[in-house]
Amino acid sequence: MQSLTNRSRVVVRKEMTFAEKIYIPAILAGLRITLKHFFKKSVTVRYPEEKRPFSAVYRGQHVLKRDEYGAECCTACGLCAVACPAEAITMVAAEREPGEEKLYREEKYAAIYEINMLRCIFCGLCEDACPKEAIFLTDRLVPAFNERGDFIYGKDKLVEPVDARIDISKRQTDAVKEFKTHKELRHNRLKEDLD
Amino acid sequence: MLSPALLYTILLIVVVLGITLFIAMYSTYAERKVAAFMQDRVGPDRAGPFGIFQPVADGIKMFMKEEIIPDVSNKWLFILGPSIAMLTACMTSAVIPWGKGLTIGGTTFPMQITDVNIGILYIFGVVSIGVYGIMIGGWASNNKYSLLGALRASSQMISYEIAMGLSIIALIMMTGTLSLKEIVQQQAEGHWNIIYQPLGFLIFLVCAFAETNRTPFDLPECETELVGGYHTEYSSMKLGFYLFAEYINMFISSAVISTLYFGGYQMPFIARFVHDPNLLSILGTVFLFAKIFFFIFFFMWIRWTVPRFRYDQLMDLGWKKLIPLSILNIFLTGLIMWWMGNVK
Repeated sequence: MQSLTNRSRVVVRKEMTFAEKIYIPAILAGLRITLKHFFKKSVTVRYPEEKRPFSAVYRGQHVLKRDEYGAECCTACGLCAVACPAEAITMVAAEREPGEEKLYREEKYAAIYEINMLRCIFCGLCEDACPKEAIFLTDRLVPAFNERGDFIYGKDKLVEPVDARIDISKRQTDAVKEFKTHKELRHNRLKEDLD
Repeated sequence: MLSPALLYTILLIVVVLGITLFIAMYSTYAERKVAAFMQDRVGPDRAGPFGIFQPVADGIKMFMKEEIIPDVSNKWLFILGPSIAMLTACMTSAVIPWGKGLTIGGTTFPMQITDVNIGILYIFGVVSIGVYGIMIGGWASNNKYSLLGALRASSQMISYEIAMGLSIIALIMMTGTLSLKEIVQQQAEGHWNIIYQPLGFLIFLVCAFAETNRTPFDLPECETELVGGYHTEYSSMKLGFYLFAEYINMFISSAVISTLYFGGYQMPFIARFVHDPNLLSILGTVFLFAKIFFFIFFFMWIRWTVPRFRYDQLMDLGWKKLIPLSILNIFLTGLIMWWMGNVK
């Protein structure tokens, strides 16, 4: 029969020669190989001291952005929660009171915004869904905790501090901004518009 | 009041025991480092610089672990098992000549705890008691896996002891003595026994691997088919003793191999350059330890090179290959001695 690939080999069970039977040459050859590896450079990355470079668009811990004046962008529209396939995001909306204009960009904001990092699969669909450019995934890692409750990140951990902004320019490129303006795409439309 | 000679002997025992335990302790570290390097890894490097406090950390861990003595076990035998393993491992070092001896102010201080004129027999006797440590441990656990492990271990050790003893007989025929010190002295100026007994050395080496339960003969312990082997039920420092005894055995067998076949503390050609006998003696001891460290490394090197034997292959090698070979070796040695005409 014609073989599909040329990689097949016929098994030959030939009688071993004396040199093969006493195994010593084979053992010596093995010893040579292991000794060669003994002097090779190790491939280990010594993690806490040495970190592998992340991809520019690595999807790690989320950030809730503030605008250039320091007001929170999120309007608690809930699109991220709808988009989330793991159902990791929950939020409670609240109305902005007079005098809070510096804190929240629009009239509605998220009083509670929680992401369960144990449920989150870091797919980035929340980022795609957000019409307000409020949520982004960053190259920060979610660390390990001893308690399950610690994995539920509230606004205290998610909203970026005013004085320590988190750079998301790698993700919010012009192409991405442009894509989000295309309201004709089902993906970028509100549910009311679809009906 | 103790006599100075006795005091010195006690001091020497303490020093030798200390060195033995220290080297065994760092063998565990070396094992992990060698394994790591051969697999292109780094190995333990967190405890202290380069991880040199790793054995200390391991020891503390072992002591802190919960100690379990199974209800159904025979309590006394259960404790006796690891004690015998440890004791026999430490006892062997008594007859090994560590050096030529120092002469200070007209008094000679030997570097050997006791020069028994049947040193080799003593070693073989003590090593064969070591089997009881494993057997008693496996039996007292009252666990079928431990018992099977112990059976395997003891039958392996007993089988290979025969070939080991026979391989030594050819050596004894040549040297005409059982005292380790005399055997070393006969190997002066590079007349190492390995040159005259290559086959005997090979058999002895293979048997030494089997006796110390090292890979490729590490069948006594196996997670895959026996849960753990003879020490399945052991925990805490009693398990530590069993594992530690293996490393002591490795050190001692390296010392015995160096002594019997590689001239012990004899250093060829050095006597032409160094004339101070004390310095010469210390250099000889250093040289002996260099050889021992090489063989410890060799044990580890083999471990990460050769895969383990199947049990039937192990028995096949022991009974059908090594024993006939060692008898052949005795016969050849006798023939050559008769032909050379130096039969004493």
